[in-house]
Amino acid sequence: MTTDAPRLEVVTAHTPSPLRRRLTTILIHVLLIGASIAMLYPLLWMLSASVRPENEIFNATSLWPSEWSLDAYRRGWNGLRVSFGTFFSNSFLISILSVLGNVMACSLAAYAFARLRFRGRNFWFALMLMTLMLPYQVTLIPQYVLFRQLGWIDTILPLVVPKFLAADAFFIFLMVQFFRGLPRELDEAAQMDGCSPWRIYWKIILPLSTPVLATAAIFTFIWTWDDFFGPLIYLNEMRQYTVMLGLRTFTDSTGESDYGALFAMSVLSLIPIFVFFLFFQRLLIEGIATTGMKR
Amino acid sequence: MTARSFAPDAPARERAHSPSMLQRFWQNDAPGYLFLLPWFIGFFGLTIGPIISSLYLSFTDFDLLTSPDWVGADNYVRMFTNDPKFAASMRVTLFFVVFSVPLKLAFALGVAMLLNRGIKGLPLYRALFYLPSLLGASVAIAILWRQIFAADGLVNQLLEPFGIIGPSWISNPRYSLWTLIILSIWQFGSPMIIFLAGLRQIPTDMYEAASLDGASRWRQFIKITLPLLTPVVFFNAIIQTIDAFKSFTPAFIISGGTGNPINSTLFYTLYLYQEAFGFFRMGYASALAWVLLALVAAFTAFSFLTSKYWVHYDD
Repeated sequence: MTTDAPRLEVVTAHTPSPLRRRLTTILIHVLLIGASIAMLYPLLWMLSASVRPENEIFNATSLWPSEWSLDAYRRGWNGLRVSFGTFFSNSFLISILSVLGNVMACSLAAYAFARLRFRGRNFWFALMLMTLMLPYQVTLIPQYVLFRQLGWIDTILPLVVPKFLAADAFFIFLMVQFFRGLPRELDEAAQMDGCSPWRIYWKIILPLSTPVLATAAIFTFIWTWDDFFGPLIYLNEMRQYTVMLGLRTFTDSTGESDYGALFAMSVLSLIPIFVFFLFFQRLLIEGIATTGMKR
Repeated sequence: MTARSFAPDAPARERAHSPSMLQRFWQNDAPGYLFLLPWFIGFFGLTIGPIISSLYLSFTDFDLLTSPDWVGADNYVRMFTNDPKFAASMRVTLFFVVFSVPLKLAFALGVAMLLNRGIKGLPLYRALFYLPSLLGASVAIAILWRQIFAADGLVNQLLEPFGIIGPSWISNPRYSLWTLIILSIWQFGSPMIIFLAGLRQIPTDMYEAASLDGASRWRQFIKITLPLLTPVVFFNAIIQTIDAFKSFTPAFIISGGTGNPINSTLFYTLYLYQEAFGFFRMGYASALAWVLLALVAAFTAFSFLTSKYWVHYDD
């Protein structure tokens, strides 16, 4: 905006000169680049601290290390009684099983809600939507008591089994939205040919829905990978820790002493998420844009 | 419609012909219920059942080892009359919600407006701004935040050349909660993407017409953009607020699970966790959970009820 007389303002408001327009564009880019740097600086700082020699972390303001060293990664990897390798394989196992469970169970439910007609459908659908808003704390304690009675504490079952029961209503909703957009004629034609609902689901709907299934799979992976609360209450043995629990224990045990190793493990823990971001960001961004996801 | 479709007002004559109730159920309704079977098990076993049982537990003393003792409304009475930590956690959480959500949404909308001006490199900027939202829920980022705002952390390193010796931001009760609010604002990427999608829906000829009439950019924003965007603002505000109420991990990591210094980061969820899994006061923790549910439900109901006065639905 100009600080000149208002008279000038009115003239320029509706017919901006090319020069002025170009200046505005440059200004916007400067703003956006500045904001990007400010946003990403903490991440780069962590990355750079993780590859510096130990004595250099806190007296260097430049991001570029004067000397490269992967020693922090070695110190961190074996920094606890159990190696981070175990934590990573635990996290991968839980995340992959969760992806399987969510994609299977949620797509079954979503197919019923989106494509089948049966008595009570709208009633159950409304109930399903209501659970979207439910804070998990309300079901937390009885679930804990239940899993404890089943002898599931200190196993991955409480973290994985709910996924096979479509407990994450958000993904049902996501898939319903997508399935509803597929042409109805497909089902009707297949039904004329004597296809059962199961065959329609398996042979027609699922193959056409790879984008939404992939979006659900990736978000399930990332959210399960990041999950801290579930493992915190259900896993007490260090052998069974996930990466997030390992990091937390590492923070407590090294305290303020070894930032380098702590950052190195933090960087490693973010790599799987970052890989998904690199390869599937279009899918993730479209997923958020169309359904308004939370993260 | 399809042969399987169920018409509640089907003529009685047709009904008389049709096979028995059971057979009809099997033909018309069974496939739907079979597909929903896993969800039903989860819904009753992991949602409805636990909701009812946590309501019951909230009126008991329950330590997980002995069976629950009915104490009436004692838990709730104690919470509101004689529990300074409950009051503190409520204050902290409301403060966090009231400051983090509007600021985050303002950033998201501001950046989305800049990006929506047809500039080059939109996909790259959008991806860069989105990255923190994707990573932000991780323990790793909470650890990073702890070090950024530590006494010898990044912020103080950057302030040093200006001759400012900053405090340890995370261990000073005046600033500790603000470090968490900043962490939340840093993750403005996902509401930004939703705003961008909403801004795209606004027809450009409206701006052209307004511009011809001599409306300034600010007036165009107030009179066109904002009203047409209210459904998206509404959606984002609800999602972000519920999320903010449920926030747990950053406060846990930054305070080492304590909510200190002097309860300044004692998020409601953190207090609930301490009661349930630190002291095994499961009855009291269930009561806390129900108060949280009431709070979230009241907020959501209030938003929906007032929405007709400020959310503009185009039909």
